[in-house]
This record gives sequence, C-alpha cells and structure tokens, in this order.
Amino acid sequence: MKLIFERSVPGRRCSILPPCDVPETDLGEFGRTRELHLPEVSENDISRHYTELAKETHGVNDGQYPLGSCTMKYNPKINEYTAFLPGFASVHPLQPERTVQGCLEVLHTAEKLFGEITGMDAMTFEPAAGAHGEFTGLLLIKAYHDHRGDTKRTKIIVPDSAHGTNPASAVMAGFTVVNIPSTEDGFVDLDALRAAVGEDTAGLMLTNPNTVGLFDKNILTITKIVHEAGGLNYYDGANLNAVMGVARPGDMGFDVVHLNLHKTFSTPHGGGGPGSGPVGCKAFLKEYLPGVSVLQTPSGYSFGPYADSIGSVKAFYGNFLVVVKALTYVLMLGHEGIREASRNAVLNANYIRTSLTGAYDMAYDETCMHEFVMSLEQEKNESLVSAMDVAKSLLDYGIHPPTMYFPLIVHEALMVEPTETESKETLDELIHAFLEIHEKAKNDPAYVQAAPHTTAVKRMDEVQAARNPRLRYVFA
Amino acid sequence: MRLLMRLLQKRRNSNLQRRIVRMRQQKYPKPHTANQQEVSYVGSFISNTGSQQKEMLEKAGYANFDALFEGIPREVFLKDGVQIPSGLSELETCERMEEMAGKNTVFRHVFRGAGSYRHYIPAIVKSVTAKEDFLTAYTPYQAEISQGNLQSIFEFQTMICELTGLDVANASVYDGATAAAESIFMCKERRRTKAYVSAAVQPQVLAVMKTYCYGRDTELIVIPEKDGVTDLAALASMMDETSAACFYLQQPNYYGLLEDAEAAGRLVHEKGAKFIMGCNPIALAIMKTPAECGADVAVGEGQPLGLSMGFGGPYLGFMAASKEMMRKLPGRIVGETTDSEGKRGFVLTLQAREQHIRREKASSNICSNQALCALTASVYLSAMGPAGLADVAKLCTSKAHYLQNELKKAGLPPAHDRLFFHEFVTKCPVPAGTLTARLEEKGYLGGLPLSDNRILWCVTEMNTKTEMDALVQLVKEVASV
Amino acid sequence: MNFPKELKYSRSHEWVLYEQGGTVRIGITDYAQKELGDLVFVNLPEEGDPVTAGEALGDVESVKAVSDIYSPVTGTVIEINEELLDAPQKINEDPYGAWFIRVENVTGTEELLDAAAYEAFTKEEKQ
Repeated sequence: MKLIFERSVPGRRCSILPPCDVPETDLGEFGRTRELHLPEVSENDISRHYTELAKETHGVNDGQYPLGSCTMKYNPKINEYTAFLPGFASVHPLQPERTVQGCLEVLHTAEKLFGEITGMDAMTFEPAAGAHGEFTGLLLIKAYHDHRGDTKRTKIIVPDSAHGTNPASAVMAGFTVVNIPSTEDGFVDLDALRAAVGEDTAGLMLTNPNTVGLFDKNILTITKIVHEAGGLNYYDGANLNAVMGVARPGDMGFDVVHLNLHKTFSTPHGGGGPGSGPVGCKAFLKEYLPGVSVLQTPSGYSFGPYADSIGSVKAFYGNFLVVVKALTYVLMLGHEGIREASRNAVLNANYIRTSLTGAYDMAYDETCMHEFVMSLEQEKNESLVSAMDVAKSLLDYGIHPPTMYFPLIVHEALMVEPTETESKETLDELIHAFLEIHEKAKNDPAYVQAAPHTTAVKRMDEVQAARNPRLRYVFA
Repeated sequence: MRLLMRLLQKRRNSNLQRRIVRMRQQKYPKPHTANQQEVSYVGSFISNTGSQQKEMLEKAGYANFDALFEGIPREVFLKDGVQIPSGLSELETCERMEEMAGKNTVFRHVFRGAGSYRHYIPAIVKSVTAKEDFLTAYTPYQAEISQGNLQSIFEFQTMICELTGLDVANASVYDGATAAAESIFMCKERRRTKAYVSAAVQPQVLAVMKTYCYGRDTELIVIPEKDGVTDLAALASMMDETSAACFYLQQPNYYGLLEDAEAAGRLVHEKGAKFIMGCNPIALAIMKTPAECGADVAVGEGQPLGLSMGFGGPYLGFMAASKEMMRKLPGRIVGETTDSEGKRGFVLTLQAREQHIRREKASSNICSNQALCALTASVYLSAMGPAGLADVAKLCTSKAHYLQNELKKAGLPPAHDRLFFHEFVTKCPVPAGTLTARLEEKGYLGGLPLSDNRILWCVTEMNTKTEMDALVQLVKEVASV
Repeated sequence: MNFPKELKYSRSHEWVLYEQGGTVRIGITDYAQKELGDLVFVNLPEEGDPVTAGEALGDVESVKAVSDIYSPVTGTVIEINEELLDAPQKINEDPYGAWFIRVENVTGTEELLDAAAYEAFTKEEKQ
C-alpha cells in the first residue's frame, strides 16, 4: 500500500477555507522558516487512501475477536449516534454551568449507575484509560495514607499473574512493588500474602476474576488480610465483564476500582483508543478524587470541589464523549441486561472451553469465568508448534487470535475471551478452527509454523524493526 | 449468504419486539425467586436465543446459569442483580440521551479557547473516522491483519515530526496535559531530578503535571511570569545547574503570547537540562519549529486538528523528541520493516520500553494511545495540506489581531503589548462575568474571564468579520454602561 | 555451544575475563544469547558507575522481552562497549567478543565457575 505521502502531488489541495476578510498579520521573527511536508492530495485521494487502509484493518465488525482480557464485544451503533449529538460534541468544556446542564446530568447519572454496578460511593471520569485509572486509584491510596501521616506505607502488593500495567502504575504513583506468587490452581497464595503484608503495605492490586479467568474464592479473606494490615484494596476492572450484575467489587472488600468503559461497557477501541477508565471509591476516599464532583441541587446540577483532591490527571473532565457512549449502553441494558451480558459471557467461554478440552491443555481445568487460558507447552515440545503459530493460523480463518503469552505464569499461553455478543454459530466456527489447527499441528507442523498464508502481508521482521528503528517517512 | 443474513435479520427483529413487550410488562425489576432459574432472554446485544443458551449450557455440562457461578462465594453473590432501572429500548434510550443533549447550549458564536478550540472540521474527516474497521479494532498487536491501522499511525508520527521539526514521535497519548506530564519523566535522570515549568501554561496542564509529580515524588518548580510571558531572568537564577532535569515552556502561552523560546532553550541547555516545548499544532504551521528553538522534546494538544470540543474529550496528546531521546518516549511507537517475503510493512516496535514487558521498570504505564484521534488528526492534516494548514493559522492570527484592535476601540484595552497567535487578554471595565453573561444571552460564548477584570479571548477561522463586528457592538453596549 | 577455557562464569550466565592490571571484562555467554534470541538493544551503565556483585548492571532487550544482566563483581565501571549500543546483534554473533563493560577496583566477586563446571551447569538448567 502506498503511504499518503507517496500519493502527494505538489500543488494539489482540497478547497476548504474562505479568503481572509480582515487585514493580514505576520508573525515576523517568530515565523516558520523550515519547509513543512504534509500530503498534497485531493479529497478523492484521501478517501481512497483511507478506504484501502480500512480494508487492511481487522475490527470487531470484520469478525470475531476473542482477545483475552480485552473484551472485544460488539460496539452498538446507538452509542456512536448519541456521542455525535451536537449537544454533546459541540460543547466547550469551559462553558458556564447553566449552559451545560445536560453534560453534568450525564456525568451525574453515570456516576450513580456505575457506582451501583461496582458497589462504590463516588466516581471520577477523568482517567482516559485503564492504566490511567490504575494510576489515579493508587494516588487515592497514597493520599489516604499521607493524610493520616502514615508515610511508611510504600509498598503495593501485586500477584505475579497481574497485567503489566499494575506494577508500572504502582511505580508511577511512587510505590515499590511486591510481587507475590499464585498457587498452582491460579489463585492468590494466602500464605504468601500474609507473609507480604505489614506496616509498610499501602495496598493490594487485584483483578477478580483473575487473569487466568478464575474467580478467587478466597476473595473475602484476601481483602481482610490487607485491611487488617492497614492497607487498602484496589480492584482492576479489566475483567468486570464476567461479574457485572452478579457480584460487586464493593461487596468483596475493595476500596477503589477502575472500569474500562471500552471493554465492559461496549465503547469501541478505535484501534487503540480513546478509551475511558473511570475510578470509583468508597466514601472515605471520596474527598481525594481528582477534578470536580457533580452535585445535584434543587436549582440544577453544579460542579463542586473535593476537599483533599489529588489534583487532576487529565485536562477537563476526561474522555466525556466515551462516557456518553457507555451511559447509552448501560441505560439500554439496565437491570436485566447487565446480568444477562455477564451470564452469557461466562457461558460462551465455558462452551468453547469444554469443546476444546481433550484437544488442548487447559491451564486450569475447571469452570472459568468470561475467559480461559490454554497452554500449548505440550505441542511446543512435541511438534515445535508454538502458541504464536496457533494464533497466527487463526488469521487464515478470518478470526482475530486470542491474547498470546499472557499471563506470564502459564507457558505458551493462549487466552480466549469470546464475549457475550458472539453467537453459537460463530463460537462453533472458532471451535472448528481450533480443532482443525490442532490436527494440522500434528500432521503438518511446518504449515502451521508458516501461518498465516492468506493475509495481505506475512509475518513481520520485528527484529529488524527494533534494531534499526524507522519511525517516520523520509522525504526525498 | 444473503439468505442467511435475511434470516438473521428476521430473528433479530422478532427479538426486538419480544423485548419491547417485556419492557412494557416489567418496568421495574421483579424480585428474583428460587424457581426463576430458567434461561431468560432480554437481548443486551446478545445473539443467542434462550433455547440456544439452554442447548449450550447442556452441552457444556451445566444445569443452569447459576451453576456457572458456583465458584463465587455466596456472601458476595447477588441474587437480585444490581439495583439500577430496567433496560430501555433503543428508541427510548435515544430519546433519553437526546433530552440530555438538548439541555446543553451549543453556541453559534464562540470566542473562547483556553485549551479547547473550535475549528472547522472538513467533512472527509468524519467520513474516514467513522469507518468501522478503524473504529472497532483493538491495538494492532497482530500486524498481519492490522496494516491499515499501523500505517495510519506511521503516517501520523511522520506528520508530527514534520510539524515539530523533531526526529521521532510516538503514536499519541491521552491529551496535551498528560503528554506534558509524561515529557517531564522522559527528562528525569538519576542526578537530574528537578522539573521547572513556566507559570504561563494552561492551568489544566499545570494541574496534571503537579499530580504526576506528586505520584513520583518529583519536585516541580514554577517559574513566574512577567508582563504575560515567562520571566527568563527568574529562570536563569532559579534553575539549578546540577539537579535541573528540564524546563517546560508553552508556545504560544496560555495568554496567547509568543514566548522567546530560542532564548529560553539556550538558557536551559546552558544549565545542562532538557528543553520541552508545549505547542499548538495549528500555530506550528507558521511558527518557528520547536527543533529550531532547540527543544529536545515537543508535546501538545492535538484537539485543534479535526477533533470536536466534546466537553473536553476525547482529545489527543502528541509527543516528539530528538533521536537521542527516542527510547525515552512513552507509549506505542510504530516502525517500518519488511515481512518474510520482503514486502514493506509496519509493526509496533521498541516494545521492550513498555509496561507489558518491563513491568515495574517501565518508564510509563501507558498502554492505549488515542489511535482514532490520531487518525482524525492525520486525515485533517491531509485534507488541509501544508498550504491549507498555514491558511488556517494565518486566518486565526489575522482575525484575532483584528478583534483585539476592535475591542480596544470598544473600551476593552489589551492587557499585554506583544505579538500573539489567536488568543489575547483584554482588561474589562465592567465585571467580566457580567459582560460574558450578557453575551451568552445573545448567543455568544465570549472570552474566558480570568479574573473580575480580565478576559482571555480566542478567535479562529470560524469567526467572520461580520460576527466579530456584531460582538464588538454588543461589548460596546455593555462596557459603556 | 562454546565455553572458552580462559573465562570464568556466573550462574546467571555472565562471563568474566581477568585482564592484566586487575581489571575485568564482563559479557554474556553463548548459552545466554541463544536462550534470549535476537537481541535488539542493550542498556549499559555509565563510566564511573559502581557495580555490585549479584546486582543488575544493565539489561538486554529482545523484541518481546527484557532481561537483567547481573554483575559478577563489585567495582567501578571504567569503560563501556559503545559499539553494542548501535549493533546489539554483535552479542548474538560473537558473545565472547561482545564485552559489555570493563570494571576496575574489584573488591568482591560472586562465586564463579570454570568452563567445565559452567557447561555442566547449563546442561542441568536445560533439563
């Protein structure tokens, strides 16, 4: 495919702006002297260029996307419609309160609904993504200890099965990380946790269900151990899709949560963003929240300050239009739909899991939540077919591969999350593909190792890319 | 194939009807009873019918849904679900959201910026970014089926390098404020730990920097302003030669004024620290590039490049740096390479910097970029081209200078006597809030009151001379009272 | 696999060459580079930095992993192999030529193995 710069023809342009209707001002010594290379193209060129790029981009709309821990569910179109309403899209963030009552109502309503779903008392929508939410939530924990003068609490406990953002966020918030091992059945090792907590424990970060797709049955004991040591419990909402309407982090002993609206609440991923990672907390942490609170008064909604706010993690009020999309989704699902979504997410995962058991090794052979992890270690040893090879083979079926090599505690891991919006027919296609690849791996491993065979490009030379980084187009 | 589609369509329609009936019957959740264990079916964008669900439960070896959740301790298992209202049909949801949107005022005449700018968004921009392949894709981990997404990011990186004059750019971060905060930590070294920032930056950017610095226990020192611009003499005396990591300057600054960035850059480098510039991407079309001003890192808010104001987000943080600082850039970076058959292609690269590999040793926790917003900016910049973008910038600055002059005649003298881009501060003889409230009544979102007697105005290519003259007329009426 | 006799080895797969005048050179072994795969970048300390036996002196990056390199000795860095910064593939191509750092004022050393013992150790580890 040509780059947009390679379509450029000097002097070609679109007709967009009117002539200047006032005297022109010159910036003089501040003026740009360096030539500016941007594409010189017609609107037709642009349209065709991006249509071509779109064809080489696989989204949820192109086929199923069982990418574990990413919750690639269908993105309802109504979400796009409501977010593009001019009453939301064309509003300046610094308009007076009386002219943005609808925006404040969105934030207030979303806070109430997501608060009830998570069991939290207050929520900020400032964080723009899950990792951003983690950072924010950890700052709440830091502020809580700081305000109590409890400055020796410098450590955050993270299980070794955790997503890489957890330890990275902890460090950004000024903590040191204590990694604790998981038990053989994938749960938090209670003895290791008891040994790890102490006077220096600021808190624990946990996903539940965890990254291997299991609900930690000891959750109440875990959160109690941390609380009794004086620490707080942080819930990474990456896997909430398994349990919304079924169980709430707030009832499990968690003090802070973040949600991924772009996972659980159906807003599109946009090829890597924008997302939204709101953070909810129990009442005793509310006054540390970043930004401003939205208050409902007899005369309408208004902004109010938080007394001991950590400040601000993003300009204005976060990715507001993404919140509009998520609110649209929650209003539509409501009481029944929220639970139905989780139930079916879990059913779909178990349907695939049980259908593949026998052919593939399940890392944990028991009822999973919304996702499960397989280990290709045996295939790797026997026929040199790796998790990567199986993943790449799925591309030839028009299916996006599962998450590979995560969590780190399972060797040759493939993590499958079908989501509730896939039908039995598409799940059967996935099962069929997996089984066929399994047979091929035994009979013709070289074919599987060379996959994909039908895509526009083949496997990329990532070593070359990293050794000699070429990160921009160089103009002749 | 077509037959199947039609059958599916038919089934979905009947599902929708069934659902609407159900909604009417059951406005509020009924208490969950023990015998209510059978498969229910509401919709929730779930494709499988109740009987399919039942079939799958049986095949997987479960008697009912509750059997799937037996691993959840009974103390936390919700028998009755969460207490939120019943779901609404699409039609009802639409009405509810439209009602909320209708409670906001969309101003026809906008003279407010201060970090969020109303520019013209060419039709092609929305048409491209609405393409569902771009919209519904995840981060391009699987390069073989993500070349379109990856190439669009590579093109974006190239455009940001061109605008800033710097060597490398990342795939974008959350917004301009977080880009500014992240840039500090690109520059922090073992011995150089103190960050300096001009007081004349957007307050939201400063607030985010402060919070990030609180997180990493980093000292952030604010250099005061003098006559609306950074006091470089104060910078020279306050910056510590041995411990200074970086200085952040916003250009044009919060008041719209043009800073002497080259002098600041020289000074910062004399102290052995890194020079960071926060830039307006439209202004870059006609202004000296950060590279020419000696910047090691340039960041900024990409919202002016085709993104709607959207009550503050989603926006787009861009980050560029000199080649020496390439590996300090946070977030995703796309690089060019070849596939096994020698064909050009693109991949996420330099990944060993990132959290999913480096975990607690990563320089940032960022995973997602703002890919769709970066795509928006790329399409915008393609539609404008080098000449068109320069035209936007010239229109902005010319019109802003016109309005400044007209407001002066109307009794609102400028607060500073310096060249500016498209924002400027005036004094206000009447309470600023009174003036802007009066303008709002007439459909004008006036400048942002900075205090009781100072207003920060913004003019873009969207504002016509006629509109500005009408605004000035209104101002005259209020200011002369 | 190559295990030069003139070198000493750590259990974390670094090699040590004792030079005349009491300085040492440090690199990673043939076994290590094979296990790590194609290396794409190396992070080295700066001249003058102290290193401590058993603690990380830097790391090497492959496309999908980063691995700490542990110092087998305690001392002060006098020279780094800047060539590796631009050409990390040298570590894969010639692991015993591609030294990482030179250290002086060596005051402490981890327990090191000779070539035969290290070779036996790698076989054990492989199982």
